[in-house]
Amino acid sequence: MAQNVIATQLRPHIAPGIPAVVVEHVSKSFELDERASWWERLRGRRRPRRIRALQDVSFTVAPGEIFGILGPNGSGKSTLIRVLSTLIIPDSGRALVFGYDVVQQDMIVKRLINRVSVEAAFFKKLSPVENLMYGARLYGLHGTAARERIYSILHRLGLRESAFHQPMEEMSRGMQQKVAIARAFLTSPVVLLLDEPTTGLDPRSKREVQALIRELRETHDATILLSTHDMQEAETLCDRIAILDEGRIVALDTPEGLKARVAANGRKISMEEVFLALTGKQMDEVGDAVMVEGN
Amino acid sequence: MISLWRIVRFELGASYAFIERNLHLVRRYMGWELVWFAYSLASALSITYIGAAMDRISGAKVNTDYLILYLLIGTLVWRFLSVIFDNISEMIQWERWEGTIEYTLMAPIHRFTHMLGQTAFAILHGLLLSAGIAGAVVLLFDVSLAGANVAGALFMLLAGGLSFIGLGIMASVLPLLFPERGAQMTHMVQALLLLFSGVYYPIDVLPGWMQVIARVSPATYVLQGIREAILQGTPTVVLWPRFVVLAVTGVGLMGVGVLVFNRAEQYAKRTGRLKRSG
Repeated sequence: MAQNVIATQLRPHIAPGIPAVVVEHVSKSFELDERASWWERLRGRRRPRRIRALQDVSFTVAPGEIFGILGPNGSGKSTLIRVLSTLIIPDSGRALVFGYDVVQQDMIVKRLINRVSVEAAFFKKLSPVENLMYGARLYGLHGTAARERIYSILHRLGLRESAFHQPMEEMSRGMQQKVAIARAFLTSPVVLLLDEPTTGLDPRSKREVQALIRELRETHDATILLSTHDMQEAETLCDRIAILDEGRIVALDTPEGLKARVAANGRKISMEEVFLALTGKQMDEVGDAVMVEGN
Repeated sequence: MISLWRIVRFELGASYAFIERNLHLVRRYMGWELVWFAYSLASALSITYIGAAMDRISGAKVNTDYLILYLLIGTLVWRFLSVIFDNISEMIQWERWEGTIEYTLMAPIHRFTHMLGQTAFAILHGLLLSAGIAGAVVLLFDVSLAGANVAGALFMLLAGGLSFIGLGIMASVLPLLFPERGAQMTHMVQALLLLFSGVYYPIDVLPGWMQVIARVSPATYVLQGIREAILQGTPTVVLWPRFVVLAVTGVGLMGVGVLVFNRAEQYAKRTGRLKRSG
């Protein structure tokens, strides 16, 4: 079915043996300008505050891997996912998707990736079919082929047929998030970027979305980057986990490796304890971005 | 080897995504569309009735038929151009409101493709709305187009539309760079174009400095050309040089618009203005 997607046909060559994702020394800071008016800044009265969202972040992800990015709110997870999604240009360092630079070769990278974010961003008055049709056409899937594929995916997600043509705003958040994952399925991405896809979902919806992620890996042979602040989710879904705190990677290993690093006397420990030991913080603490200048 | 035709087909198909999406949105917001039509119609009628009442207002003998047609051309042309401007300049604002902006900008399509789809819908929307208003006004006023060069007027309208597409693309940058105030800024641009372009009056009634600004507004030349075609029946051959200048200006403004948008998009990606959290 994926062969019907023209974007897939326009996909660049992927050399065998090349890492799916390479992030090298990526740093990003942002200006917080809400306190300083342009007049104050022009007169030099108040320099804008800057925060460091990412600090010298480096890692490599192998093809087919589920790679977790674990960190509290404000730790830089979403910024990192946005860099890989071509939506934020890093200040320094570089990020590659199957060897293609996300800044210099962004159009090629866009043909390889898709992203699901924490908020299911749709035209709320439009139905799932209308929203997915829009997404399908943007990725080169048209007409009957697109419609058949959309119906097939929505059926597989367990969406009742009467809801196919109802406005998205009438659906539960869990169901909206499933449609968001369907949108990503539709384009058959080689690298899927999942930015807290289960945050705010009820336990049942969370389990269903997690099952979909596993299914995506098994059936689509996709490489998945999953950002989350759910320890259990990271532990059960991910092959390796990078713990991100204040924009820095403080540890990177398999879930077992991270536990072994912290465990003493052969005691079994939880990922919460691992996180506390490595960052000195509880996961539910809101991470403070690092202020680097300003007054 | 990927054929050029396959790439063109992909880009045209992606363009159609915007037309189809906007048609779905119009259908889903049909109530709002009817409200907007009623507002536009009431506004057009109010302005046209000023022409009908001018002899009573002034106490002097006035050719009211000519004045009605003069004002009607202004209100219809302005409605068409402003619908194009609104549709294009609001595309970013609407996507920001829905939260879909990142998905659209992440799609593997060129920005020109994006603009092409949005623009085609804007022209279609503008033509339908203007035709609806024109039809309703004709029922209430005895408008005679005898001797008018309607085809020449339509040519001028389409050529002028190109400039408004370019201006609309440039204005759409404002909500991209200023999430909270950008939409109001586009309305200000539109209000200034209305003031300076001689929509309801000849520009020579304006103070000298305003006339200088009026002469750089493409809408001034669209309106002058259409009024010459309709009111004086000026043949297309005579209008041709003005048409060419408007079309070239329009294509140039569209090119500049796409360049400006691309620069603004890069700026927004460097500064994290598309959206940022976590």
